[in-house]
Amino acid sequence: MLRPQLPVSAGIQTMDTASQKRSLADAVMARSGTNFKACYQCRACAGGCPFIKAMDYPPNAVLRLLQYGMTQEALTCKTIWVCVGCHTCSSQCPMGIDLAAVMDTLRLMAVEEGVAIGSPHILDFHEEVLRSLERYGRAHKLGIMLRHKMSTKSWFKDLDVGLKMLAKRKLDLWPSKVKDIKEIAGLFQCYWRETS
Amino acid sequence: MSQISQMDFSYFPGCSLATTAVESSLSMIKSARILGLNLIELEDWNCCGSSSASTLCKNLALAMAARNLSLAPAGRPLVAMCPRCLHYLRSAQLCLRDDGETRRNLEEQFGRPINLDVEIIHFMEVLVRYGLNRLGEKARRSLKGLKFVPYYGCTLARPPRLSRQKYFQGEMENILTALGAEPVTTALSHRCCGSFLSATDPEVVTPLVNEIIDSAVASRANCLVTACAMCQLNLEIRCTTKTRLPIFHFSEILALALGAEDYEEWFVRHLVDPRPLLQDLALVA
Repeated sequence: MLRPQLPVSAGIQTMDTASQKRSLADAVMARSGTNFKACYQCRACAGGCPFIKAMDYPPNAVLRLLQYGMTQEALTCKTIWVCVGCHTCSSQCPMGIDLAAVMDTLRLMAVEEGVAIGSPHILDFHEEVLRSLERYGRAHKLGIMLRHKMSTKSWFKDLDVGLKMLAKRKLDLWPSKVKDIKEIAGLFQCYWRETS
Repeated sequence: MSQISQMDFSYFPGCSLATTAVESSLSMIKSARILGLNLIELEDWNCCGSSSASTLCKNLALAMAARNLSLAPAGRPLVAMCPRCLHYLRSAQLCLRDDGETRRNLEEQFGRPINLDVEIIHFMEVLVRYGLNRLGEKARRSLKGLKFVPYYGCTLARPPRLSRQKYFQGEMENILTALGAEPVTTALSHRCCGSFLSATDPEVVTPLVNEIIDSAVASRANCLVTACAMCQLNLEIRCTTKTRLPIFHFSEILALALGAEDYEEWFVRHLVDPRPLLQDLALVA
């Protein structure tokens, strides 16, 4: 299991950077509405997480990074992107820490802070979904998958499943659309549109 | 339990039920019609926001859910089948109740009020309120012999944000038991299906789905019944186990019990053909 280590330079940091890091961790706490300082590393979250094998840090280690003020490491890890928000961890935590809310907040902050994204292909997928929602007001799965395949250059990965779904008419060629698309455009005058 | 007398409901299909999982929507509407429940599709609804909007922009996610709430007429509950849609709509409603300023801004943007009192419920809850005895009386086929895993997936019961709200645990077993089916409760019924990782990282999802299906096989179930269209899809497309089991949408099984005859158009859309099992049980011709 990966354990976060204190960086060698920790001792010689100036007070300013130390307090900046603390304030980032405090921001995660405030925005997620979750007191992750209560975590004592029992690892119930890691034991229950179905996606642990695809993560670089187990969920408890992400909390540890935050406790240590190592926010940069927490913002750039894969774990926060692999998390789908199934809330298994949140429901198993003996301290009632809503880890999924922390992951949620860290993803938003990673995008806002412009850090290197731990799993860029997952961010790309979410971006494609939003573009579809902006265009139609609803998700058009075939369009999303084709664009996602184009931008990740993975045309042949999973082709068989795609073809099976097409054959079963599970991927509609044409999107289902909202009529009042102007109102949808109004919703998209938002942070994501202004920054992406 | 008080039985409902009111029969009108607003219906929020959501993107999956409108397209990929239209068989879930069709069978749900069919069941409602047989029971005399009036599901009125929410006029010009949009996507609930989904995981992607809440991942990238909280305000956008809230606004998308809020627009749907602003379209819901007062005086009748809003019904959804997709647990994620249900979750995002309910969370938005709770959030807007506490945040008057955002609510007023959105209302100004839409030019109509946002209904903060409309009750948002899962379709299973509609049936429980209809009354399980009454439901049993409407049955035209017995589900005897159907040993199903009630597969709820992760979202219907778990989100901590809704921990003080009504949840729908156990309703699937209660409803289908009333119709003669036998629940198998020793399999994985709340394990996450993989959600959007099925699209981005299928190699991560396949072993998880296989574990879920294997647990159902080991528990001697002959099918899984899902409360969520995305779960249904992931369990079908990502499974590579030797023994496959049919994965039903909850509404398909319900409609079948209520005597629906247009099941063929639903079942041809399944990747694991459920018809052999249903023929064995003499549920379909």
